Amino acid sequence: MTAHTAVAAPGARFKKILRRKDDHGGAPRLSPLWTFVAWLATLAFFAPVAWMVLTSFHREADAATNPPTPFAPLTFDQYKLLFSRDITPFLLNSAMASIISTILVLALAVPTAYALSIKPVRKWTDVMFFFLSTKFLPAIAALLPVYLIVKDAGMLDNVWTLIVLYTAMNLPIAVWMMRSFLAEVPKEILEAAEVDGANLLTVLWRIVAPVAMPGLAATALICFIFSWNEFMFAVNLTATNASTAPVFLVGFITSEGLFLARLCAAATLVSLPVLIAGFAAQDKLVRGLSLGAVK
Amino acid sequence: MTTLTAPPKTASPPVRPRTSPRAGAWKRRIPLLPALIFTIIVTQLPFVATLVISTLQWNILKPGERHFVGLSNFKFVFTDERLRTAVLNTVVLTASVVLISVVLGLGLAMLLDRRFLGRGLARTMLIAPFLVMPVAAALLWKHAIYNPDYGLLNGTLNAVWRLFGAANGPTVDWVSSYPMPAVVISLVWQWTPFMMLILLAGLQAQPGDVLEAARMDGASALQTFRHITLPHLRQYIELGVLLGTIYVVQTFDAVYTITQGGPGSQTTNLPYEIYLTMFRKYEYGQAAAAGVVVVLGSIVIATFALRTIASLFREEVSR
Repeated sequence: MTAHTAVAAPGARFKKILRRKDDHGGAPRLSPLWTFVAWLATLAFFAPVAWMVLTSFHREADAATNPPTPFAPLTFDQYKLLFSRDITPFLLNSAMASIISTILVLALAVPTAYALSIKPVRKWTDVMFFFLSTKFLPAIAALLPVYLIVKDAGMLDNVWTLIVLYTAMNLPIAVWMMRSFLAEVPKEILEAAEVDGANLLTVLWRIVAPVAMPGLAATALICFIFSWNEFMFAVNLTATNASTAPVFLVGFITSEGLFLARLCAAATLVSLPVLIAGFAAQDKLVRGLSLGAVK
Repeated sequence: MTTLTAPPKTASPPVRPRTSPRAGAWKRRIPLLPALIFTIIVTQLPFVATLVISTLQWNILKPGERHFVGLSNFKFVFTDERLRTAVLNTVVLTASVVLISVVLGLGLAMLLDRRFLGRGLARTMLIAPFLVMPVAAALLWKHAIYNPDYGLLNGTLNAVWRLFGAANGPTVDWVSSYPMPAVVISLVWQWTPFMMLILLAGLQAQPGDVLEAARMDGASALQTFRHITLPHLRQYIELGVLLGTIYVVQTFDAVYTITQGGPGSQTTNLPYEIYLTMFRKYEYGQAAAAGVVVVLGSIVIATFALRTIASLFREEVSR
């Protein structure tokens, strides 16, 4: 808003009238031909997901046919089998690693973001870029020393090892995202509250929290997604006790041979939490993925 | 309009601190410290360890032979045939995945920027590939789609062939015949939604009045795209390319699952090659040296990334 008025060109008023008209009509419509193209592309991208879910409800004999038989009878057998073959501990490990590391990330990132936005320390951009630079270091380069340290500490095959690593992996993203959300708290209100003698807790609770809550939820979502999907550390640092859902998927292929329907059921099941969360928070996803740089 | 009456920010006098300035500065820094210390310990120390290990001759299968060898691991890294292939594969894989998914993502974003029947549903369905767990996606492509005997791809071709009266369609073993394209396509499928989301956000941030003005001046759709939309999107495209590059360079799940780097070393990328050196050949020193080289390469990419992000950042700060 302010930027617009500040740099307003001479013709701004004219343009503003035009824009008002445009807003009223909304975005332009797509022609029928392009609508068809759009839907064709959408269905092409969605087909593998649809095929995965559909196959997961088929019997093994109907899953591996040539040509494919999409209209075969549906069954829950594959899911029942998965749970009887003990996918549960893997899901629990994944849930534990993702949820606890997300909570830790938020606990560390929120005060940091506060110190970088609302009451910025000197050279705060340098601190921001330090956090981000750690994200650019490929995880594979850290795997060897982490493996050796974890082995020496007797922490191989331990969920807490993953929790610490996932916290480090997501912390920079969370700091960037939370900073961009906290930067939206209006400075004028903060100053007014301070002049009125409100203490820090009151300011945080009454002014910062309401503005930052949706941002906090979005940050938590992104951290959860990245931790839930992480594979490289999980497969190399865990064995039997602490393995997570992606490790189950890969191990299950090699140990059980190829059962296509059951593979699809497992793939659907482990993707489900992220699919649901992602669909529910589509708008927040964009900002999270771009570290808050794009609104 | 309110800004015109409000005093400019820079001119306002600093709020008088209640305590001494130095104590105030420290008070501000305290909330920052836990995260900073944690990050330094967990990310910087392993890197220092990698540097140290990279100067050692260290194979876990030959205990007692661990000793300092200076830069010879690096010499090995730069002369080894396998590693050179891995570097080349990494570049090919990353460049093709990022470029194809940016182009496809831009096309989809342009379509989804307009209103059409079921736009919300289409958008939700398009995001799905990005949300499927990467390992699950890789397994899905390998077994349910590329499988020569009963995969969806050959199955569909077969069904189409029969439709036209031929007895059987072609039976192509996609993963062994076209290993690199097979990996690239599965990754493009996963990353296109990411590019689409960022570019769509860019398109929707485009001021409507400029487009309207262009239309009134009689600019064609192509001209508008070329001279207004594309320059506006530049920053968003750069951001997508750079974030995409950073993530795709690190691809491990897809290579590990779909091709295991093969056939031969045709799809072995750097992360996978380092993994093999570490957990199959047990050459810790060489793995560490390769890791250091990867980090140096990443720093080059990251410098560009940081510059782009910094420019987006400056805009926000100056607002």
